Amino acid sequence: ATPPASRSLRGSVSLGDEAVCPGIEAHDRAWRGGAELLFDGVKKHQVTLPGQEEPWDIRNLLVWIKKNLLKERPELFIQGDSVRPGILVLINDADWELLGELDYQLQDQDSILFISTLHGG
Amino acid sequence: MCQVGEDYAEPASEEPPPRQPGREQKCVKCKEGLPVVVIRAGDAFCRDCFKAFYIHKFRAVLGKNRLIFPGEKVLLAWSGGPSSSSMVWQVLEGLSRESAKRLRFVPGIVCIDEGAACGLSPEARAKTLAEMKLILQTVGFPWHVVALEEVFDLPPSVLRCFAQEPVETEGAYKAAVDSFLQQQHVLGAEGAGDSPSLAQGEEQLSWPCTQDPQNPQSPDRPPTAAQTEALSRLFDSVKTLTAKEELLQALRTHLILHVARTHGYSKVMTGDSCTRLAIKLMTSLALGRGAFLAWDTGFSDERHGDVVVVRPMREHTLKEVAFYNHLFAVPSVFTPALDTKAPEKASIHRLMEAFMLRLQDQFPSTVSTVYRTSEKLVKAPRDGCAASPPGPRCLLCMCALDIDTADSATAFGAQTPLHLSQTQPPTPPPTAPCCSAGMGRVQGCCGGARPCEREDPRACVIEQLCYGCRVNMKDLPSLDPLPPYILAEARLRSQRYQRPLCSGSPGGPWGGAPAGPLPTQLLPQGLHRAADPGVPG
Repeated sequence: ATPPASRSLRGSVSLGDEAVCPGIEAHDRAWRGGAELLFDGVKKHQVTLPGQEEPWDIRNLLVWIKKNLLKERPELFIQGDSVRPGILVLINDADWELLGELDYQLQDQDSILFISTLHGG
Repeated sequence: MCQVGEDYAEPASEEPPPRQPGREQKCVKCKEGLPVVVIRAGDAFCRDCFKAFYIHKFRAVLGKNRLIFPGEKVLLAWSGGPSSSSMVWQVLEGLSRESAKRLRFVPGIVCIDEGAACGLSPEARAKTLAEMKLILQTVGFPWHVVALEEVFDLPPSVLRCFAQEPVETEGAYKAAVDSFLQQQHVLGAEGAGDSPSLAQGEEQLSWPCTQDPQNPQSPDRPPTAAQTEALSRLFDSVKTLTAKEELLQALRTHLILHVARTHGYSKVMTGDSCTRLAIKLMTSLALGRGAFLAWDTGFSDERHGDVVVVRPMREHTLKEVAFYNHLFAVPSVFTPALDTKAPEKASIHRLMEAFMLRLQDQFPSTVSTVYRTSEKLVKAPRDGCAASPPGPRCLLCMCALDIDTADSATAFGAQTPLHLSQTQPPTPPPTAPCCSAGMGRVQGCCGGARPCEREDPRACVIEQLCYGCRVNMKDLPSLDPLPPYILAEARLRSQRYQRPLCSGSPGGPWGGAPAGPLPTQLLPQGLHRAADPGVPG
């Protein structure tokens, strides 16, 4: 069920692969790369989206991210109204293609993960 | 999109793709599970089916090619990135006792620290290395971490192809597997120390190979500041990012090859994914490497002779790799590359990547179409030369040079006389009788004294490169910063070529054991200009 438009939404936006190597604490990984290079080095952002008239979907979320989280080079992450080709989007650990991609309506406590497959590997 | 031949019988309705399957759908495989990922155009898999699909693909690629023999030593090239990490993990799981059909080879891991070329600070490099070592220890295979700076210590022999006997027949493979299984049976089902299998968590001591994981050949010492400086200088002197990428790739390959040869590995596995290889194929075309596509993108690459490079991940797309790694917690380490954060048009590689991925977005069969095309590429020798001795090879990429001095019809052939005329007095045309013999495939051979070792080392090196490598060299204004082994081998080859070619000797200096300089009395007198002081002997 879609939350009423006026209520704020809380969730998390994460970047890169969350797999942690056994033995390494998350805070020890001072040098991380991938998509979070564009986000001030922060891998996981707890996010509260303000209540608004239009429902929050991924499309709006991307606009919000561009304005509030992306610190540099937005074109490396966002292209047009979607993510750059080569960047995967997981909503609660599932492929966004199964959930409507940009049209997916965000729910409270959703977890959005962006994984970049561009170069390297 | 262009289509080729009758294979592409897929209906045009494949593109644009059918609108996404919704979450209400079930997994296409088991028809029960909740789908988590969409593969190809519209196939939704649940978690378990996806895992089975992924693992099966890896085994199938290895199994159908039958190139890796039981007990063979295989070096896994691990960059830390998702594809190679996934590959290492697949090997780890495949070797474990619990698998129904265990993989049977003996793995090792090599990891090249390229931080100096990418401009990383020593602290950043050390941190990355520490993380990588943690993962390496978890995996448990013998490992070798090598700094790229070690290219300055490589011997010229790393650039030579050591010819092997022809590929084994189908029967030989089966016989090898059978005898291996018999041995296993004799040793007992316990899989004692001789067995190359490793259950997860076992100590490294159970490995039959006596490699100290700390690599006894070169103990774990960081490269000297001078070497790091030299490497930085080399990469700073390259004018374009495209040429830097290609140079980095060449040096990396040489280093991995050296590690493989030093430690007795006969195979190297690289983690190139389907997506990467499709991009690489198109990039190679743009770089002028069209003649070598089959080696650059095929499953197996035998250009080095004794060490064969295989690409077991070539049927996995980057999306599949990323999902698998995320869903099943495969550890990887991000290492910034040369073109991290570079804009789209910074290099041909980046441009092609952006082009392919954008096209793939709208037409999900793009990557697989390019991939299927690459599968059809055949490594055939040029017409009429199947029986002749192997021709010369490019100094850097070690592919067989596909050129003729007499072939002035091509732009490639036309280049040759041009730069020669800049460096020496007019010579007889390259169609002198000695050159038309079977070995006359090196451009600028004979026809008189070559000033190579005397005056122009650059021309000497350029002549021994394939077209693609030559174009890259244009972006390297001076050859001085190059590691010494490249220049040394170039000099060696040019010296060797002056004599045997003129005498029509069949013993190709390119393949097999390196030949020493021939005694002068074998030379037809007329072709040896005594006036040239630079020619030795």
